[in-house]
Amino acid sequence: MRGSCRPNNPRDRTVCMTNCPTLIVTVGLPARGKTYISKKLTRYLNWIGVPTKEFNVGDYRRECLKIYKSFEFFRPDNEEGVKIRRQCAMSALNDVRQYLSVEGGQVAVFDATNTTRDRRGTIMKFAEQNGFKVFFVESVCEDPEVIAQNIVQVKLGNPDYMNCSSEEAIEDFMERIKCYETSYQPLDEDLDSDVSYIKIMDVGRRYLVNRVVDHIQSRIVYYLMNIHITPRSIYLCRHGESDLNIKGRIGGDSGLSSRGKEFAKRLRSFLEEQKIKDLKIWTSQMKRTIQTAECLGVPYEQWKSLNEIDAGVCEEMMYEEIQEHFPLEFALRDQDKYRYRYPKGESYEDLVQRLEPVIMELERQENVLVICHQAVMRCLLAYFLDKTSHELPYLKCPLHTVLKLTPVAYGCKVESVYLGVDSVNTHRDRPENVNVQRSTEDALQTVPAHH
Amino acid sequence: MSCTQRDIGASTNSTEAKRTDPRCNEKKCSWASYMTNSPTMIVMIGLPARGKTYMSKKLTRYLNWIGVPTKVFNLGVYRREAVRAYKSYDFFRHDNEEAMKIRKQCALVALQDVRVYLAEEGGQIAVFDATNTTRERRDLIQAFVKENGFKVFFVESVCDDPDVIAANILEVKVSSPDYPEKHRERVMEDFLKRIECYKVTYQPLDPDNYDKDLSFIKVINVGQRFLVNRVQDYIQSKIVYYLMNIHVHSHSIYLCRHGESNHNVEGRIGGDAELSPRGKKFAHALRDFIEEYELSDLKVWTSQLRRTIQTAEELSVPYEQWKILNEIDAGVCEEMTYQMIQETFPEEFALRDQDKYHYRYPGGESYQDLVQRLEPVIMELERQGNVLVICHQAVMRCLLAYFLDKGADDLPYMKCPLHTVLKLTPVAYGCKVEMFYLNVEAVNTHRDRPLGKVTRDSALIHRRNSYTPLSSYDQVKRPRLYSAGNQPWLPLAPTPSALMPERLQSQTRTGSSCLTPCVKESTLTAAKKLVAVSASE
Repeated sequence: MRGSCRPNNPRDRTVCMTNCPTLIVTVGLPARGKTYISKKLTRYLNWIGVPTKEFNVGDYRRECLKIYKSFEFFRPDNEEGVKIRRQCAMSALNDVRQYLSVEGGQVAVFDATNTTRDRRGTIMKFAEQNGFKVFFVESVCEDPEVIAQNIVQVKLGNPDYMNCSSEEAIEDFMERIKCYETSYQPLDEDLDSDVSYIKIMDVGRRYLVNRVVDHIQSRIVYYLMNIHITPRSIYLCRHGESDLNIKGRIGGDSGLSSRGKEFAKRLRSFLEEQKIKDLKIWTSQMKRTIQTAECLGVPYEQWKSLNEIDAGVCEEMMYEEIQEHFPLEFALRDQDKYRYRYPKGESYEDLVQRLEPVIMELERQENVLVICHQAVMRCLLAYFLDKTSHELPYLKCPLHTVLKLTPVAYGCKVESVYLGVDSVNTHRDRPENVNVQRSTEDALQTVPAHH
Repeated sequence: MSCTQRDIGASTNSTEAKRTDPRCNEKKCSWASYMTNSPTMIVMIGLPARGKTYMSKKLTRYLNWIGVPTKVFNLGVYRREAVRAYKSYDFFRHDNEEAMKIRKQCALVALQDVRVYLAEEGGQIAVFDATNTTRERRDLIQAFVKENGFKVFFVESVCDDPDVIAANILEVKVSSPDYPEKHRERVMEDFLKRIECYKVTYQPLDPDNYDKDLSFIKVINVGQRFLVNRVQDYIQSKIVYYLMNIHVHSHSIYLCRHGESNHNVEGRIGGDAELSPRGKKFAHALRDFIEEYELSDLKVWTSQLRRTIQTAEELSVPYEQWKILNEIDAGVCEEMTYQMIQETFPEEFALRDQDKYHYRYPGGESYQDLVQRLEPVIMELERQGNVLVICHQAVMRCLLAYFLDKGADDLPYMKCPLHTVLKLTPVAYGCKVEMFYLNVEAVNTHRDRPLGKVTRDSALIHRRNSYTPLSSYDQVKRPRLYSAGNQPWLPLAPTPSALMPERLQSQTRTGSSCLTPCVKESTLTAAKKLVAVSASE
């Protein structure tokens, strides 16, 4: 049944979105959010299954120089500095070529200022020679407050400024920006009319999009147009303990146990204490999340896409029963939990695809509480914390615990709040023996206790 | 603003009120429709022959398909109503006072209709299709919008490529009611002069100063470049995404089902069967068809079920598998024949016939769910060139409904027979359909709309959808938004058992009389007829 296009590599099983690899190139003065965008975009693309890697030229420069003295290095008339910076860029481009042509990467994000037309020309030539498509992402911002915030949040902690005071660092960084300003040639509507790019102005207030040529570029543009940097927090939790949870059964559509109801009450108090501004609450369309939300006494939205993973023929079974009736399936799942699809059901990979609109909408929103399910929560968490497909299915998402995610610098701060209501443990670690011939005992080694 | 309206709708319990207030039938609304808050007015801007009507109609078709009630208000139609006989471009001269008065009057009438549609008829988006080239006119619209509590989003089309403009005029203006005679040169000449009239007073959107606080997208040179300013909400971001993905290059989309499968032969629905011998013959015929028509650069897409993959295999060309093209999940009815379903689940069987579009198989899906699932396919079809999609009956109906602008009533009954390829070619404001039967016999899997079906308002069958949860009865009338798929349960009147959430009792009223009306205009212009048979019933 294998067709000529039947992907053998599981990575390709999702829709082939790219033909030739794509090189995304950031453009902009320092402190304009280029690295923020690069990292976020890389995280998003990897999560939806497009192998992506970022290459930060600043990192290469730090490797090369070892010790950063001052902004003088960046002066346009500093010949030695210019030479070293050019070498670093070349070195990074070589690694890009390695990643895209040899290692099977699909998108590379080249994160540097790339402020001159000359530099961009070099990159485009490099891409053409290697058969990559190029897409520029320029960030333009003149709001001094935004820039100052940026510097405080990410530059002060930068290895370049390890041994300075905050004032010194800020002063030096402002001088560094000036070094670039004189030679900055922004992407131009006329001169660069043949180039594919998006120009993001004033942190997303306005966008100029030119010549989007394929699906991956249009997805990238859509993503970039939906993200923002307004401070906010995302709260993730599971429904309260359900009747099926107590029995050790997976899936199904049961209601809350008495402890689950207790959790819902505690959740309500927790939210009231936190005094969250304009909190939106989302649940799935399954009883247990809805009943949890009902206790909160505020409006909420139901998303079908937040429903728990469909376990197909194994719905409402205990792990012991699955082992008894479908030992082969049980072993296969342990071998590759991310890609394994329950017969007549779904895989984690399917879940991720199903959850993409939720992620997109979470990006657009501000404060949100998502009351969902174990597998779903793992997928969402993996997106925010940049976990790989190997780690994703084994992330710990215990009942009656709220995770508060707050975007900070280039990542996400996580606070875990256990609301003090007992519950069963539903987490099953990967057993040591995943061989299809294994004994029942080995298979059930890691099954959590239940009634 | 709309929250209050929704509350008003929800608080009245009488069926009478339910029938007239479409917005309150929340469970029928798609998730997309619920991500919008206040009604939005989309205002087109641009000189004549810049593709405004093309974009208006296409956008409206897309929004209606994903379940957001949308309607186009074309000012030209109002003008033609007011001024029966069009004489010449003189009417459009900016110094023609009498004409200016008439044109302004038309605009006001159109705006009134917009207001009625958005505020009273349950519409969510109104597309105001006119040139709207002066600040004065746009200020008028903004005042109107503010007065009524609507949001506004501008779509400006700017084009300076003379070839594009000329092609545009030839394709759609020559057949316009304004030009009953078809002397091309005369039409072209008059129309170009018409455009000049507008150019004199044209004030494009100014993103740097005057219009910097407006929400808009400027489409430049048919999508070569876009300028997007201040997108306010979810639906605007979807509109921007859609407009950025459509193009006007000529291309054709071929839709067909897999070859006849073993389950088809047995009359079973769903499942994952292999091709029957006749199905395999069809696959060969399909390969010949592709070769015969020399379809270069044809992309081939299948689902992840055996029968479509086997069909594609025979073509010996690269193909892509999409899980979201899989057939509708019939849940507990999977692999049954219709007779078995009728015997085992007679109630479900009847319910499905009452409202085939919204009916969800227990443990499975509804057509409405399918549409949501298929949205990325549609988006990608818009982006692509020539594509052959080998899919399934329900899936094909959904895709076809998008291209042919069929509503929820007609969609589930569209005819998509086996072993037949439908070729869709965008033309003017619509879609030309050609049907190719590849001469390999197959069973007929089409189930017509049952005759004399139970009318919706008297439906008293309480439907229990066992895989959707029952929420406790809502004591306080709160606006509740359902973001995805069917709302599971919303009682028209409280029943005692509903007050106790523990009980498994539930009633879901189905087939209620107040379907949210999807008011759309036909996408086929009168002058151009369909070639060959339309695929709808």
